[in-house]
Amino acid sequence: MRDSIVSLKNVSFQYENQPSYALQDVSFDIHEGEWLAIVGHNGSGKSTTAKLLNGLQFPQNGEIIVCGIKLTEESIWEIRKKLGMVFQNPDNQFVGTTVQDDVAFGLENHGIPRDDMILRVEDSLKKVKMDHFLNQEPHHLSGGQKQRVAIAGVLALRPSIIILDEATSMLDPKGRGEVLETVRTLKEEKSLTVISITHDLEEAAKADRIIVMNQGKVYREGSPEEIFSMDDELIHLGLDIPFSIKMSNAFREKGIDLSKHYLSEEELVNELWTFRSKV
Amino acid sequence: MDISLQSIEYRYQANTPFERLAIKDVSIEIPTGTYMALIGHTGSGKSTVLQHLNALLLPTEGTVVIGDHKVKAKQKNKNLRQIRQKVGIVFQFPEHQLFEETVEKDIIFGPMNFGVSEADAKERARLALQQVGLSKEILEKSPFDLSGGQMRRVAIAGVLAMEPDCLVLDEPTAGLDPRGRKEIMDMFYSLHKERNLSTILVTHSMEDAAKYADQIVIMQQGHVVKQGTPIEIFSSVSELVEMGLDVPEVVRFQRSIEEKLGVKLGATYLSIEELSSAVTELLRGAPV
Repeated sequence: MRDSIVSLKNVSFQYENQPSYALQDVSFDIHEGEWLAIVGHNGSGKSTTAKLLNGLQFPQNGEIIVCGIKLTEESIWEIRKKLGMVFQNPDNQFVGTTVQDDVAFGLENHGIPRDDMILRVEDSLKKVKMDHFLNQEPHHLSGGQKQRVAIAGVLALRPSIIILDEATSMLDPKGRGEVLETVRTLKEEKSLTVISITHDLEEAAKADRIIVMNQGKVYREGSPEEIFSMDDELIHLGLDIPFSIKMSNAFREKGIDLSKHYLSEEELVNELWTFRSKV
Repeated sequence: MDISLQSIEYRYQANTPFERLAIKDVSIEIPTGTYMALIGHTGSGKSTVLQHLNALLLPTEGTVVIGDHKVKAKQKNKNLRQIRQKVGIVFQFPEHQLFEETVEKDIIFGPMNFGVSEADAKERARLALQQVGLSKEILEKSPFDLSGGQMRRVAIAGVLAMEPDCLVLDEPTAGLDPRGRKEIMDMFYSLHKERNLSTILVTHSMEDAAKYADQIVIMQQGHVVKQGTPIEIFSSVSELVEMGLDVPEVVRFQRSIEEKLGVKLGATYLSIEELSSAVTELLRGAPV
């Protein structure tokens, strides 16, 4: 088992004026270099978890350790350098009047010297393929481009962990593809750890591991294969199952004896082909 | 209520140096009871078309006919108010438009603005809340104390309380979890049927377009490039792919299975159930 880079120990959190806990006694570890998808219905505690991880909120009970540092009000600045977050709405996270100003904003906040800053801004925009847009105004960009700039802003701080908090949910399919592809490449190149909070089950199917949250608790964790074999149970939790699994199930109901749950369409098509050749 | 867009054009900031042609020669017929999906990339002109459907934008060329009302380019247009009462638009992230102190006040704001009495408006609010699947206990709550999903439903209830004849939905489920998405889409569909509404859905989801719409219109660079039933539209996969659009998963799957098996199924299937039956028969050696 790889080293754990983030760990939550018995974390509970309740928003002010709310009758119940948003998170209740949640414990899990995130391993270095993995792509972890956190899924769950609206209000299951996914986004609260993200907010706790970079100190936008603090747990009432339990503790959070990020890269060996215990998260406290004193350590949040240190931790935010290691853990960058991309939010849902591309329009809500632009602060600069140009693309490069926007990326520089986080660096300024962390007091990075100007010479170093210029290098980092260029470098991180290059990584998300937005280096031709240095002086563009943000409102001329597409949603996917804006989110890539947001990712560059995070990368410039050279984090070890990047959290996508439903970062693709407001994008069209093309923008979504661009963003996920960018993160996937970065993860490989820089061995980033990626935590993706998502409703997109096709995306979750490509993660290394999935955590299912329900009513403020960890309901289940496992590989995509394990999680998606829960079938109807997932639908009960307000979630869905990926298309290729629905398709496999439909074939099974019709008496086609498939050997497993397929997460990829290609594999399913291949097995169906072997059925054909047997006839 | 029939809606007809007749060769409309719209230029943003016309007669200024910033003039920009957004849509050109767009003609779309939406007879009463039609469920139409409007599809296209960001910047294809969908939102501009959508805003003509209740005269938020007035065409710079052409004519928009909404029920008994005609909106013509270059003419003084009256009675826009009545049009806006008949056509309800649910904008993207409609919860951002909530503003009142209580859920009830927020929902009755629209109807009262159009002259409905307070008592009637409150009655409508109750009904609309029920339709969106919320209990009337939340009427007295502040909309800002609700969860995101609940806020979305309250905002939609505000549009339903206007009792429109036509519903225009701009990505109404963006950001919701799969169950919420399905509940909201099913709710709109049953309202569409029960009240014989005309419904126009702007969406990126080919799944939803295939499932709910009777007609699909595809826009690209300000023009209507294709129009037809879901079966017609999704039968020409390569054309859609060339336009950089997705196809429904079922259609894509049918394509890959046809390629792998080297056969052509007789029809285009839009549901998992139909496609799996057709493929099962094929595998069992029945003639297709």
